[in-house]
Amino acid sequence: MPKKVLVIGSGPIVIGQAAEFDYSGTQGCLALKEEGHEVILVNNNPATIMTDNEIADHVYCEPLTVQSVEAIIKKEKPDAVLAGLGGQTGLNLAVEMNKHDLFTKYNLELLGTSVASIQQGEDRELFRELMDELKQPVPESEVIASVEEALKFTEHYGYPVISRPAYTLGGRGGGIVDNEEELKELIANGLKASPIGQVIIEKSIAGFKEVEYEVMRDANGTCISVCNMENFDPVGVHTGDSIVVAPSQTLTDQEYQMLRTAAFTIISALDVVGGCNVQFALDPYSKKYYVIEVNPRVSRSSALASKATGYPIAKMATKLALGFTLDELINPLTGTTYASFEPALDYVVVKFPRWPFDKFSHADRKLGTKMKATGEVMAIDRTLEGAFQKAVASLDQTIPELAGSLEEHITKPTDLRYFAIVELLKKGTSVKEIHDKTAIDLFFLQVVANIVQMEKTLQSHELDLKLMKTAKIHGFTDQKIAALKGIDEAEVKKLRTQYGVTPSYKMVDTCAAEFEAATNYVYTTYAGINEIEPLPTNKKALIIGSGPIRIGQGVEFDYSAVKAIQSLQKLGWTTVMINNNPETVSTDYTTADRLYFDPINKEVIESIVEHEGIDLVFTQFGGQTAINIAEELAEADIPLAGVSVDTIEQLEDREQFYSVLQSIDVPHIPGEMCHTMREALEAAESYQYPLLCRPSYVIGGQGMVKVENEEQLKAALEQTDARHYPIVLDQFMTGSEAEVDLAADGKNVFIPEIMEHVEPAGVHSGDSMALFPSQSLSSAVKAKIKEYAQKIVQKVNYQGLMNIQFLIAEDTVYVLEVNPRASRTVPIISKVSDVSLIDLAVKVLVKDQVSSLKDIAQPLIQKAAVKYPLFSSHALPELDHKLGANMLSTGEGMCLADTADEAMAKVFEHLPNLYENEHACLIESTRFVKGQSSDVKFTEWLELKEAKVYMNDGNKEEDSLKRIQALKAGVTVFTQATTFNAYVDSLAYDPYQPTPLPGSKEKECV
Amino acid sequence: MQGFLTLQEGQSFKGQASGQWQKPVEGEVVFFTGMTGYQEVLTDPSYKGQIVVFTYPLIGNYGINEDDSESGSPQVGGVVMMHCAEEAYHYQATSSLKDYLTKWNVPFLTEVDTREVTKSIRSEGTCQAVMAHESIQPSDTKTVGQIYLASKSQVTTHGKGKQHIAVIDFGYKESIVDQLVERGVSVSVVPFTHAQKVHELQPDGVVLSNGPGDPKDATKHLSEIKGVLEQFPTLGICFGHQVIALAYGADTKKLAFGHRGANHPVKDVQTGRVFITSQNHNYVVDDESVANTVLEVSFSHVNDGSVEGLMHPSKPILSAQFHPEANPGPEDALWLFDEFFTSVNSKKGVQIYA
Repeated sequence: MPKKVLVIGSGPIVIGQAAEFDYSGTQGCLALKEEGHEVILVNNNPATIMTDNEIADHVYCEPLTVQSVEAIIKKEKPDAVLAGLGGQTGLNLAVEMNKHDLFTKYNLELLGTSVASIQQGEDRELFRELMDELKQPVPESEVIASVEEALKFTEHYGYPVISRPAYTLGGRGGGIVDNEEELKELIANGLKASPIGQVIIEKSIAGFKEVEYEVMRDANGTCISVCNMENFDPVGVHTGDSIVVAPSQTLTDQEYQMLRTAAFTIISALDVVGGCNVQFALDPYSKKYYVIEVNPRVSRSSALASKATGYPIAKMATKLALGFTLDELINPLTGTTYASFEPALDYVVVKFPRWPFDKFSHADRKLGTKMKATGEVMAIDRTLEGAFQKAVASLDQTIPELAGSLEEHITKPTDLRYFAIVELLKKGTSVKEIHDKTAIDLFFLQVVANIVQMEKTLQSHELDLKLMKTAKIHGFTDQKIAALKGIDEAEVKKLRTQYGVTPSYKMVDTCAAEFEAATNYVYTTYAGINEIEPLPTNKKALIIGSGPIRIGQGVEFDYSAVKAIQSLQKLGWTTVMINNNPETVSTDYTTADRLYFDPINKEVIESIVEHEGIDLVFTQFGGQTAINIAEELAEADIPLAGVSVDTIEQLEDREQFYSVLQSIDVPHIPGEMCHTMREALEAAESYQYPLLCRPSYVIGGQGMVKVENEEQLKAALEQTDARHYPIVLDQFMTGSEAEVDLAADGKNVFIPEIMEHVEPAGVHSGDSMALFPSQSLSSAVKAKIKEYAQKIVQKVNYQGLMNIQFLIAEDTVYVLEVNPRASRTVPIISKVSDVSLIDLAVKVLVKDQVSSLKDIAQPLIQKAAVKYPLFSSHALPELDHKLGANMLSTGEGMCLADTADEAMAKVFEHLPNLYENEHACLIESTRFVKGQSSDVKFTEWLELKEAKVYMNDGNKEEDSLKRIQALKAGVTVFTQATTFNAYVDSLAYDPYQPTPLPGSKEKECV
Repeated sequence: MQGFLTLQEGQSFKGQASGQWQKPVEGEVVFFTGMTGYQEVLTDPSYKGQIVVFTYPLIGNYGINEDDSESGSPQVGGVVMMHCAEEAYHYQATSSLKDYLTKWNVPFLTEVDTREVTKSIRSEGTCQAVMAHESIQPSDTKTVGQIYLASKSQVTTHGKGKQHIAVIDFGYKESIVDQLVERGVSVSVVPFTHAQKVHELQPDGVVLSNGPGDPKDATKHLSEIKGVLEQFPTLGICFGHQVIALAYGADTKKLAFGHRGANHPVKDVQTGRVFITSQNHNYVVDDESVANTVLEVSFSHVNDGSVEGLMHPSKPILSAQFHPEANPGPEDALWLFDEFFTSVNSKKGVQIYA
C-alpha cells in the first residue's frame, strides 16, 4: 500500500557530515517514489539536489528539531518516517522523536533499523554490553560522566587514552591524549559536547590496522558485505581524516573473512535492516582484533563504498527498509544479478581527505580522533601507485611547503603526513624507518616509495616507450613528467602519442567482468585495454564538476552540475560528467549518460573530449574549479559553452573589470591592482586605511583580509603566495550588501529577485545571513541594481549565469564583484522563486531557439527565505570565528516562511529566549545591541549551566580568546551586532508554521 | 621475456612470462574474481592442472604463509595476473608470491589485462588455453580424469576424537578436514577409488570431498559410493555433491563459464534465507533431472537458479555445490557442518535405541 513517508535530511554541511547525505538522501527519496510512496522531506540545507521538488513531493526547509518536525507531522500526517539517510542528525532526531513519543502519538512507523537498535549501536554503554554478549572484543573502556572518573581510568590503564563523547558527530569533542592536563580539558569539553553528558574513555590501540566493512542486512536476516576498506593511516586518525584504500590490501583471506563474519554477527544482533558500517582495529602481528564502532545507518563510508563498487547502498537500504529482501532486488548495474551478489572489484580505489587548512593556516593541523576534513576525493585505477597519484591530483590544491621538521608531520600526524613521507623517501629515509615511526603498513609505504623511485627514474633516464608506459601506469600526469624532464607538457603529449601510449577507459561493474553489465560508470587508466566505446553520436556535452567539498565550494555546485545535466538531457543532449568527489549526486552513475570518475585537469578532459567527440564543454556549473581550468581548455581548442575566456578575464581581472565598469558608468569601490608587494605598499599610500586586500584566483575569499594600517598590510602581503598575485587593494567601505544571480543571453537579463545581506559589507557573502527576496531595499536601489546588472551583461555580451555583489552606501550602489558562473546562492534563489536559473542558462548556452529570456515572466515570490551560514567550530575550536572577509563557514541553511520575521524565528529556533533566563546570554559589545545580558563576568558566566549565547564583536585579542573559549564550551557565539539583533527580534515570532517550498506537489497548502 | 595466453577460439593476450618455459602449458582456463584468497586457490586440488586467471589486478599483496594452503603444494597448471607481488610484508608471510611460484616451478604471466581475459572466458565459456612464448593454438584434447591426479593414493588419518568421520577424497581441500577436526573428531581420508574401505572403518559419518573436473569421471565408482551413502550420514561438497546426484540417478551438465569466486548468493529453499558462498565449479546438477530421483533440491543459486544443494528425504544425506568450509571466501555457510553433525548424532541415537 502506498505510504506517505517523512524523510529526515542531514541539514547544512558541517565537518563530519557533508554532501554524502545529499547523495544517499536523494537515492532514498527516489527509491521511495519508485515504489509508489509519497515523499515529504524535511531538510534545511537548500543547496542540495535532495531538496529539489523533482526528488521529493513536498520539501520543507525547516529546523531539524522535535518541535519543528512535530509541526510538519501535524500538517502532513505521514504514515512512516525514514531517518537512516540523514546521517547522525537524522538518527539523533529519530531518537529524540521517540523520547517525545511522537511515533505512538501520531501512529508513525519508523522504517528500517529500530530506535532500540540505533541506541544499542550508538549508546556506548549499551553497545559495549552487546559486544560482551556476542563475545566481540572492544578496547578496554569505560563510560564516564565526570573528569574524576576519567582520572581513575587512566590510573588503572595508563595513557594514551581516547575520549569519545556519546551521540556526537564526526568525533565531535573527542580526541586522544597522553597526559593528565590534556585529559582534564578534553573530558570536560567532551562531556559538554555529548547531548547526554556521557563520554567513553578508551585505552588507545593506536597503531592497529583500521578496517571498515559496509554491510547490508534485510528483514529476512540475509547479510552481505558490499565493500571492505583499509585505512592507510593506522588507528589513531579519524577514518574521515584517513587515506582509505578499497578493497583491503594487506589482509589475508582469513583475516578478511574473520572480520566480515564479526560484522555480520553484530548487525544480526542489532537487527539492522538496511545499511550499516562496522569499524575494526586489527593487530598487525596477530589475529587479535577490536570492534571500534558501529554506525547503523548510511554514512560517509557507505557513500564511498557505493562509489567504490558501483553498488547503490542508500537505494538498496531504503528498499530493505520498505521490507524488500536482498535476493529479490536486482542489482541495477548489471541488470541481471541480484542485490545479494557481493560486489567484486577489479581495480583499486583510494580516498584522500580534503582539509580546510589552506584557508585556515592558523588552525591546528594535527589529526586525531576528531574529524577535520571538509570533503574528500576518490580515485580509481588498476595500480595503487596510479590511484594514489590520481587522488592527489584530484585535491585541486597546491601542496604547501612543509614547514618545520618532516618527522613531526609523520609522528604526530598532520594533514601533510603523506607529503612528508614522500619528501622523506626522496631524501633517502628508508621505508622501514618510516614504518617504525608511523606504523603505516610497509606494503603501503612501498607503494609510495615506488612513486618516488619512478620520479627519480624519470629524471635520470631517457623517456623511451617503456618508461613512458610505466610512468603513465604509475599515474604520472603529462604535466608532472614534463616538470621532471624539464620539457613542455605538449612535448610529453606529442611523444606519448607517437609511442601510442594513450588512455584506456574501463568500467565499474560491481562484478569484476563476471557478468555483462549495462553500466555507464567509467574511469581512465593506462593499465589495460580500452573497453569503452564513445556514446552513440548525438549532441554531446561534458559537464565539469567541482571536485571535493571545501570551504567556499560546497554542495551547491554539485546542485548546479546535476541540474545542468538534467536540463541538457531535456533538450535532447547526451551528457557526460567528470568529477572525483565520491560524496555527491553528480558522481551517481545514474545522473549523467556517462560518468568519468577522474581527476579534473586538462590532460584528462582533453582525452575524454577526443575519445567521446564532445561538442560542448560546460565550465559554468562546477564552481571555481571548473572556471579555473577554462583558459587551459580554450588554449587546447576545446569547445567551451558560454562566453569566451577573454570575457571571463574581463570580469575576474580587477584592472580590466574596473575599466569595464567605468566605461558604462557603473560605480565601483576605489581600488587598484598590484603585481608585487612593493607596488601594493606604494599604492596603499594613496588610499585611506582600512583597506581590503584580496588575492586573485582563490575560492571563498581565501587570504582576503581587511587591514587597518601599513603594518597589517605588510603582514598580510608576506603571507600571500606568489601565485595569488596580482592582489587587489580596495578602499574598505561601510555599507550594506546585496547580490543577484541572473541568467543572461547577451542582451536580456532575467533576475528573479534581489538578495539582501543582514551583515554589513566586510563580511564574506558566504558567511552572511541573507534575506530573499530583499526586505528593506528601496525601489530606487533595486532599480539601480537591476540596471547595473543589465549594463554589465550587455557590455561584455555575457551569456549564462552570473552572480553580482553590490555594496550600498548612502544610496549609492557600488558593484563589488562579478562571478561569471553559477554561484553559491543559485539553488536558494531557484527554489524560493520556483524558477530554475540553471535551466534558463543552459537553454541560452546551447542556443536553444524555442525559448527566450525576454519571455520569462517575473516570478511572484510569496514566501520569504533566510539563508544562514553554518560553521564547523566543533572541529576547529582553536579558530576565532569572527566574521570577516575570509569565508569560514562550511555550509549553509535556509528557512522559509510567510514572512521574513517568521523565517528568522525558524533560523534561531534552537536558541533559548534570552528574556526568559537572565543568564542565558552574555553581551560584550561597544555597539548598540538589543536583548538583555547576564551581569556575571565572562569566566564565571561560562561555568553556568544556563550559559547558551555569547555576543562579542570586539577586535582585540582578548575578545578573540573569549570567543574561542565560549565556542569550546559549546556556547553559540555571535560576532556581529546585526546578526545578534536579528536573533533578538526573531524571538517575538512563531517558528512552528511549516512552509513547503513553492512548487511542492500539493498546492493547496500554500 | 614475453609470453602469451591463447584461448581455444584464438584470442591471445600478451604479457611477461615468468621465465623460460620448457614447453607450452596447456589446461582449462578459469577465472577467479575474489580479491583475497589466492594462496587457497593455488593450492586447492579442485584447480588441478587449470590455468587460473586472477581478475583482481594486485595479487600477492600479503605473500604466502604456512597456514592457509589447501594442500601441500600448488595444484594449478599456470597463473595469469596483472601484477604479482615480489615482496611480502604480512607478519605471517614466509615467502612472496613470486618466490613461491618460482620455487614450485609454476609458470605464470604478468602484465596481462585480466579483466579482458575474464570477459573472453565469459563470452566463450570455459575452454582450453595455452601459455607459451608465442601465441599458439591449444590442442583440442580435453583434460579428463584429474581426480585421479588430485586425490591421494593412501588412507591418511587426522585429528583425535570419539567420533570418526571418513572423507572420500576426490582431491580434498585441507580446510574441509580442518573443519571436521575442529569439531573434535578423528578423520580418515579415503581415496575415492577405495570407497569400499569405508565399510571397514565403520565411521559415524562420511564426507564426499571436492575435486577437479567432470563428476562423470567418477562414473565407474558410483555404485560403490552409493553403497556408502545408503549406510552412513553423508555430507557432499562441490564435486562430492555432484557425485551424490549422479549416484541417485540425476544428471550433471557443464555451465557456460562456471561459478568461481567468493561472492555467490545461495538461497535455502526451505527457509528463504540467503547467504554468501565461496564457489568453484564448472559442472552443475541438472535441476530437471533431479525431479526423476528421490533427491530434493535444498539450495539454489540466487542469480541463475541453478542447483546448489540436495537432500535425501529419508536418509541423512546433505550436499552443497558451494564450499561451506570457505577458504577462500565467506564463512557464512559453516553451519552446514553443524547440520551434518546433527544428523551424525541423531543417526547414532537411532542405532543405540534401535
